[in-house]
Amino acid sequence: MSTMATPPAAEQNLAAKLPDETLREWLSDMLLIREFEVRSMQAYQNKKIGGFLHIYIGQEAVAVGAVAALNDDDPVITAYRDHGLALARGTDPKHCMAELLGRIGGCSKGKGGSMHFFDKARSMYGGHGIVGAQCPLGVGLAFATRYQDEVIEEGRSRHVTVCFLGDGALNQGAFHEAMNLAGILDLPMIFACENNGYAMGTAIDRGTTRADDLAVKAVAYGLERATINGMDVQKVYDGMKPIVEQCRRASRPAFVELRTYRYKGHSMSDPRKYRTKEEEQYYEEEDPIDRLANYLMTQRSFDGEAYEALVKKTRTRVREAIKWAEASPAPDLDELYTDVYVDTWGPYLGTSPPKMNDK
Amino acid sequence: MPRSIEFREAIREAMCEEMRRDARVFLLGEEVAQYQGAYKVSRGMLKEFGPRRVIDAPISENGFSGLGIGAAMYGLRPIIEFMSWSFSLVAADQILNNAPKMLYMSGGQFPIPIVFRGNGGAGGQLGSTHSWCVESMYANVPGLKMAIPFDAYDAKGLLKTAIRDDNPVFVLESERLLSVKGEVPEGDYLVPFGEAAIRRQGTDCTIVSFGRPLYFCLEAAESLAAEGIECEVIDGRTVRPLDIETISRSVARTNYCVVVDESWPFASIGAELAAQIHVLNFDDLDNHVVRVQADDVPAPYAYNLEQEMLPNARKICEAVRAVTYAA
Repeated sequence: MSTMATPPAAEQNLAAKLPDETLREWLSDMLLIREFEVRSMQAYQNKKIGGFLHIYIGQEAVAVGAVAALNDDDPVITAYRDHGLALARGTDPKHCMAELLGRIGGCSKGKGGSMHFFDKARSMYGGHGIVGAQCPLGVGLAFATRYQDEVIEEGRSRHVTVCFLGDGALNQGAFHEAMNLAGILDLPMIFACENNGYAMGTAIDRGTTRADDLAVKAVAYGLERATINGMDVQKVYDGMKPIVEQCRRASRPAFVELRTYRYKGHSMSDPRKYRTKEEEQYYEEEDPIDRLANYLMTQRSFDGEAYEALVKKTRTRVREAIKWAEASPAPDLDELYTDVYVDTWGPYLGTSPPKMNDK
Repeated sequence: MPRSIEFREAIREAMCEEMRRDARVFLLGEEVAQYQGAYKVSRGMLKEFGPRRVIDAPISENGFSGLGIGAAMYGLRPIIEFMSWSFSLVAADQILNNAPKMLYMSGGQFPIPIVFRGNGGAGGQLGSTHSWCVESMYANVPGLKMAIPFDAYDAKGLLKTAIRDDNPVFVLESERLLSVKGEVPEGDYLVPFGEAAIRRQGTDCTIVSFGRPLYFCLEAAESLAAEGIECEVIDGRTVRPLDIETISRSVARTNYCVVVDESWPFASIGAELAAQIHVLNFDDLDNHVVRVQADDVPAPYAYNLEQEMLPNARKICEAVRAVTYAA
């Protein structure tokens, strides 16, 4: 087992050195996620979306900042609160919305739903519904990139996998098995724990030991660790970027805690009686979108007018995505029997991927 | 030239040949590398393929099963060995939720070309936790395929087919059969999925089974022949896909059917076979299908109790005599 030459420290102001254009894109992506989620909630209340709906509002900086620290072909995988990651990775909101509406134009052809967004072309390996179950899969992705790069292509390992998990997953066996495997097999991956304070309605310190410093979970498994402010996209980038590159170079795993907050309930049916209005208000004042917008308006060439224009453009984009999704037909009944097996046998009709815009 | 090799050597030969022809195939499991396999199935493989392709996993079934599925999502073709299928229960979420449903949930984007294989079945006085016959429970799940080899020839041919299949395949190898020798050709051959084999021809009663209980069926068929009852013994070979056509054609000739299944009777493969045969052969049958299954109790340790719990030749003979009104 190799160890990292030097522990990765969050480099100060990496994001601050990036061009205006990059930071404007981050703002645009965060606005897109928020607007998408607001409109998803409306659609849910209007009974256009079935099942469960887990809203990402408040956590936008995590997905956007972390994805910005990665290469496009670095695999990402997450749990069921997955809309933000897919959108950050560039999945078209029309395919995301169509998935929520259960239409054939969805990113999983309407067969996955809110919790199961996938986009192979953008190395987005899902949306997974069972808490913690994506962690061993993330280990497998990191194993596979290293195997592909080194054993098959006989080159250097050049990918990093980021496996996102909620704080609730910290108490699942799958998470601990995954951390141990990643450590023992020297895999280039980051367990990115989005600590939003609550596993459904259970405050983290009621369900998880050492809730004051989750990064210590890494110690027993020999992983590198970091704690990152997940409410500030620049800090997410500054924290993630050096660890990503360190894991890539050394082919070693890390665990990071991203401290964030979900403004809405666990799912749409959650009245949030387990926390105070004051607490919610505190975090809403820490809003990641306001923070970046303020930074851009005070430190960069961006003004209120440009911001309003961006907000408007985002609203239009999501509105058009909804229109597109509503026009997309429900899956043909034949789809019931496609994608069960790759091949065609008995009642099974083979498989075909969704028609999504090429990358 | 066919030679006689052990069942376990046939499994090893299938894995080695497939690993030589496709660099994406690797073997991961407990004690598969340095220990040379808990049952010596993978003996010598570490030496040939090295530690990057023959990998010792910690005792962490849920973790390493999920690792295999994640690697398959990326395009590799893992072989995951369970030391015993009994231990696969620890990995149930990964092998039942993720492997067989990923293609569907992702709308066709992520096939999972993976093989889970290892010892299955009871009969070794291992007590209840180590004597699982998982086939009925797991066969309930759409999206996976399942093969249960009967002899060394099928062990190699079915496993090679499994490794080349683009879907998750569960291969259940009876621990009681690992040392049994059989004729196995050198080099490449495949046993296709969904094609049952008639292990013994007969005209008076059809007996259907999978894997190890087939030996009891053949034993029973020999003693019944002495009584003048000629049984046709059919090896289903794969549970999913199931070759019900071959079975049904046989029942249409014999008009009687006994189904032998090592797992518990309730909601089982035996029950499924009986149901399908009753539908397909309603007008052919001169009696209802009779099932011989493990008794509906946990597997006991004591030798006499375990033997009594499992299907055996005596029970099969009794079933055939009863169904053919010879009793």
